[in-house]
Amino acid sequence: MSTYRALVAKDLRVELRTWQSVPAMALLAVGTFVLFRFGLDRTELEGTLAAGILLVTTLFAGLLAVNRLFVPEREEGGFETMRLAPVPAAAVFLAKATVLFVYLAIFGAITLAAFAFFFTPDIASLPLLLLVILLFNAAISVTGAFVSPIATNSRSRDLLVPILLIPLLVPAIVAAAQVAGPVFNPSLPAFSSYSGWLIAAVLYDFVFAALGLALYDFLLDD
Amino acid sequence: MTARSVLYLALATIAAFAIGFGLVFFWVPNEADQGFIQKIFYLHVPLAIVALVGFIVGGIHGLRYLTTRDANHDVRSYIAIHISVIFAVGVLITGAIWGKGAWGKWWVWEEPTLVSFLIVALLYCTYYPLRFAIEDRERQARYASLFAVMAGAFVPLNFAAVRMAESFLHPRTLATAEGGLPGSMKLTVLVCGIAMALLWVTLARTELLIKTTRWRMRRLERELGEAGAAGRPSRVAPVVPPTEVGSD
Repeated sequence: MSTYRALVAKDLRVELRTWQSVPAMALLAVGTFVLFRFGLDRTELEGTLAAGILLVTTLFAGLLAVNRLFVPEREEGGFETMRLAPVPAAAVFLAKATVLFVYLAIFGAITLAAFAFFFTPDIASLPLLLLVILLFNAAISVTGAFVSPIATNSRSRDLLVPILLIPLLVPAIVAAAQVAGPVFNPSLPAFSSYSGWLIAAVLYDFVFAALGLALYDFLLDD
Repeated sequence: MTARSVLYLALATIAAFAIGFGLVFFWVPNEADQGFIQKIFYLHVPLAIVALVGFIVGGIHGLRYLTTRDANHDVRSYIAIHISVIFAVGVLITGAIWGKGAWGKWWVWEEPTLVSFLIVALLYCTYYPLRFAIEDRERQARYASLFAVMAGAFVPLNFAAVRMAESFLHPRTLATAEGGLPGSMKLTVLVCGIAMALLWVTLARTELLIKTTRWRMRRLERELGEAGAAGRPSRVAPVVPPTEVGSD
């Protein structure tokens, strides 16, 4: 537990001193919104279109953070240090997923504000929207923390993260979009129409978190 | 695994397909609603089932590699996924042909079975760039096995989600709730399924045989070369270079 805390603190301190990930993610998101504004030629968004643009933008920005997640470990010898310490693999996995989740949460706050500012969507229930976004962020965090070291240790680093993560995250975005779509409307539909998708989103997060915890040992073992 | 046993397997596969196609073309009746196009199911369904089982076999071999670190399991995991990816492409093609015949469309996005199979196929296609982007042999085998385990867990999950979701179009071929298939069709599906499974095993065995033969060749060549250079035969078996596992 203390190693977990130390690892999270280390990564957040690095981010606070360098500001490498979160500002880049936010910039990418704002740029993407401008692209969509002209690409779709729409100044206002609602319903599934709004949900899709917000979630896909979050996913693409998440890819940036996942790409950067293990770069310091590779360049500054973090992998060796963790093995020497010795740090349990599960702590590394949880720490990296937490760091990603924090990045995505900060990013999400900025992006949601920018999204509301640009596209003035109707939001039927802000808590529900936040819950869905957090569940989707958790999905990116657990899968991203798993894929990131694989990609970082390969030859085609930045190439692998998107091609691995995008198919893996399809079920997560399906579930998130099914809930977020109705939320971007003046009135909320019946709870039973989206409750199943909410459960699916939670299940996805738990399954990939469990897989990561079980398999991370093998990932760092070299 | 010798060349002779692969030959017997190949002959058994041919015999099974001959019986299966014989049943499909000359015995089993046309489906009342769809007519002749429905018969592609005897290819499509076994292909899909064998491909999915093959992915899970790849995952099991991956897990065994991770626990034993025996390179043979990694090779088997690779081969299982490799053959299954080819089968999965066949599933998508035969499915699209049937969809065009029965639904009038090559592709229907509203149908979760199609989409989830596409996701699984896409995910497994990334196995190749993942594997061949890693130079270190041991690490390549380890990461590829990790991927195989993770994706192997993803397959049943994905399809469980699909089963939960409502579906309107894709027939539940082996469903029993609404009565299921008549006996003649059931038998034909079964024979075709066995034939397809045999084909999968034959292809996998052939690839394994080719690979092991190539390694033995290389090892012998190296031993001969070293013996010529140092004047004594080397007893050290070289590490199998996994970059050559399926570089073709």
